[in-house]
Amino acid sequence: MWLYILKRLVQGVITVWFIATATFFAMHNVPGDPLLNDRAVTESIRANLEAKYGLDQPLARQYLIYLGNLARGDFGISFTQENREVNDIIRHHFPVSAILGVLAVVFAAVGGVLWGALTSLYRNRLPDYVIMFLVILGISVPSFVIAALSQLALVNLNSLVGHTVLPVAGWGTLSHMLVPALVLGLGTMAYLTRLMRSSMLEVIGSDYVRTAKAKGLPATRIFARHQLRNAILPVITVLGPAIAAITTGGFVVELVFAIPGLGRFFVEAVQQLDYTVIMGTTVFYGAFLVFMVIVVDVLYGIVDPRVRLE
Amino acid sequence: MAEPDVADFTPLTAGAEKQELSRPSLSYWQDAWIRLKANRRALTSLYIVIALLLFTVLGPWLWQVDPGLQDLDQISQPPGTDRRAVIVEDYQPWYGESGLTDVNGLHLARPATTQAVRLKWDVLPGASGHRVYRNLFPIGPELAFGVPLAEIYDNDTLYFEDRLDLRPGIYYYSVVALDPDGQIIDSFETIEVQVQRVTTREEAVQRGLIASDSELGIGDRILLDLHPLGTDYLGRDMLARLMAGARVSLFIGIGAPLLFVLFGMAYGSMAGFLGGRVDSAMMRFADFVVALPFLLFMILFKIAFGIGPGESGVFPMLVALVLLMWPATARLVRGQILQFREQGYIAASRLLGARTVYLVLRHMIPNTLGVVLVTLTFAIPSAIFTEAFLSFIGMGVAPPTPSWGSMSNEGIKTMLTHPHELVFPALFISVTVLAFNLLGDGLRDALDARMRNQE
Repeated sequence: MWLYILKRLVQGVITVWFIATATFFAMHNVPGDPLLNDRAVTESIRANLEAKYGLDQPLARQYLIYLGNLARGDFGISFTQENREVNDIIRHHFPVSAILGVLAVVFAAVGGVLWGALTSLYRNRLPDYVIMFLVILGISVPSFVIAALSQLALVNLNSLVGHTVLPVAGWGTLSHMLVPALVLGLGTMAYLTRLMRSSMLEVIGSDYVRTAKAKGLPATRIFARHQLRNAILPVITVLGPAIAAITTGGFVVELVFAIPGLGRFFVEAVQQLDYTVIMGTTVFYGAFLVFMVIVVDVLYGIVDPRVRLE
Repeated sequence: MAEPDVADFTPLTAGAEKQELSRPSLSYWQDAWIRLKANRRALTSLYIVIALLLFTVLGPWLWQVDPGLQDLDQISQPPGTDRRAVIVEDYQPWYGESGLTDVNGLHLARPATTQAVRLKWDVLPGASGHRVYRNLFPIGPELAFGVPLAEIYDNDTLYFEDRLDLRPGIYYYSVVALDPDGQIIDSFETIEVQVQRVTTREEAVQRGLIASDSELGIGDRILLDLHPLGTDYLGRDMLARLMAGARVSLFIGIGAPLLFVLFGMAYGSMAGFLGGRVDSAMMRFADFVVALPFLLFMILFKIAFGIGPGESGVFPMLVALVLLMWPATARLVRGQILQFREQGYIAASRLLGARTVYLVLRHMIPNTLGVVLVTLTFAIPSAIFTEAFLSFIGMGVAPPTPSWGSMSNEGIKTMLTHPHELVFPALFISVTVLAFNLLGDGLRDALDARMRNQE
């Protein structure tokens, strides 16, 4: 298993290198001039600035310098917010996005498994229909609409009760996080519910469940030990990509709920063509996602002993 | 079946009973179509998809309103607004004269219209000046007067003309007394004003509401332009914009998946058929592309391709989608090809002298089409979502090109006062995504026996 993890890590590093290279050349092709702004820039100032950001070097050399800096974990200095390092921005704002994302993933996974199991137990009865209707809504309504509507609902709730039950926007305490995380995780939750339901239905009809019933095991034990544990496996498989979708999908939720996360900074950086921030954020996110997928794959091997990690 | 005896091995005579097929033979696609037709949910979704396509293609032809045209008389109007307007004289400046002499207190010098609201009042007790407010709601006990319109620091000017962005409906005007320092003192008057929609003859002719030689004159009623789904915050027709937006959203939503599924098919079948080292190198590259953070790279590629002035940004988005989303199809097709490659009919065909290209095109790709069609149907809603999502955060199509996502983005800002501007585009996105998802479910059940849903 350790060999497997090592192999995956080496692959991961190569993937991150690929992401970094793609980012570098994509950004190099962006039309526009990062040093062109409102201030009058003379030739000598411009030359100095180019030297500061290494833009006076040939492209191949710039690429090598960039890779060297990346290897040391240095993403450079922001183009628009001078004296601010990209590492600094990531250090301050990534934790916010990460907490939001982790909460959303937890909501999505726990909710998806529970609802999915519930619908399969109440198959073709009222709870099944109600939950599946909500799932269809969750899959087909865009997240920004849900975000805006939930904000509206919060405003009404707060004014109805007379004091702030849950804040409408902003960041800081756990109460700020609950609703945005729920909204962020909703689409994935709906998807996981569907997956869990069909996987559960397959398990319910399987031979080992019938055997367990025939042996006279109590229904709760069959549910917990035989059905749930087997049905949960496909859910874990898609959890890696789901984490990726949730962390990068945070832009909208961060925008609507005014959360100072990295997603919002990325969007701002793109609007201002802040090259180093864009490249730094992309590579950082890419590395994070690659790492998360490896973690999920390793976890999968631990949960399901049938899967050999090789 | 009974045990075979000697009679089974004697040759048949010409008159012997022939074996007959009791049912007509069905091809794969005919069989799938019958199964799809039996699925009511999928069939309804198919009708919705067809209706949406008709809406997109035929809609602009039936409803020929320019989606960029601004109707300044009707800004942010919900569907079903009163469209009547009265023709009045051209605007004349007003210096406080009034036809009425026997009225006291705050009153209107003339019936209120969208052209102007003319207020006159008497000096309030204790006032050394006045401030005029306008509100959309009655003044409650908390004395919220609304928007201050004017401040007058003497008691000689006792009139005010409001021409600020007037809409038909009810307004509450208040005049509040000011002390010599310009502070509010507790003395005010309020009236409720019903503003009537008016237009001048010249304007009506200019907007094409009446012909220039029309008999209609001052005091006559005319109807403003019809907007079945209302107008947006710039007075543009929602229906026309939804149709134009459908073109953009569905063009990206259907065009991009079509392209990347085709590319993925070519890539996957090549990798699958060539096999060996080429296959593993090609699939490793596909793995790299999968690992790219999708939305970040969508945005990155979009800015890397650049949008020139006057361009809509539809094309960069299409290319970015294709560049990032092909690996899933490629993997799927490769897996299928690897399976088929070992099967008897391929060997038979090869024995008959079929060349590789023929094998792939004639035998393998048609066999993957079912799975590919299902992938395509599921890729469409995700592409539509991606477009809406990017346009929503302002990284999608550039204004004024409408798309459902950018319309939602505009609509969400006025969600509380004019909900229809958000509801319609959001509804279109949701219904489209839902229809394609359910159709995909139905197609998967009909086409792919192994992936069939347990319902």
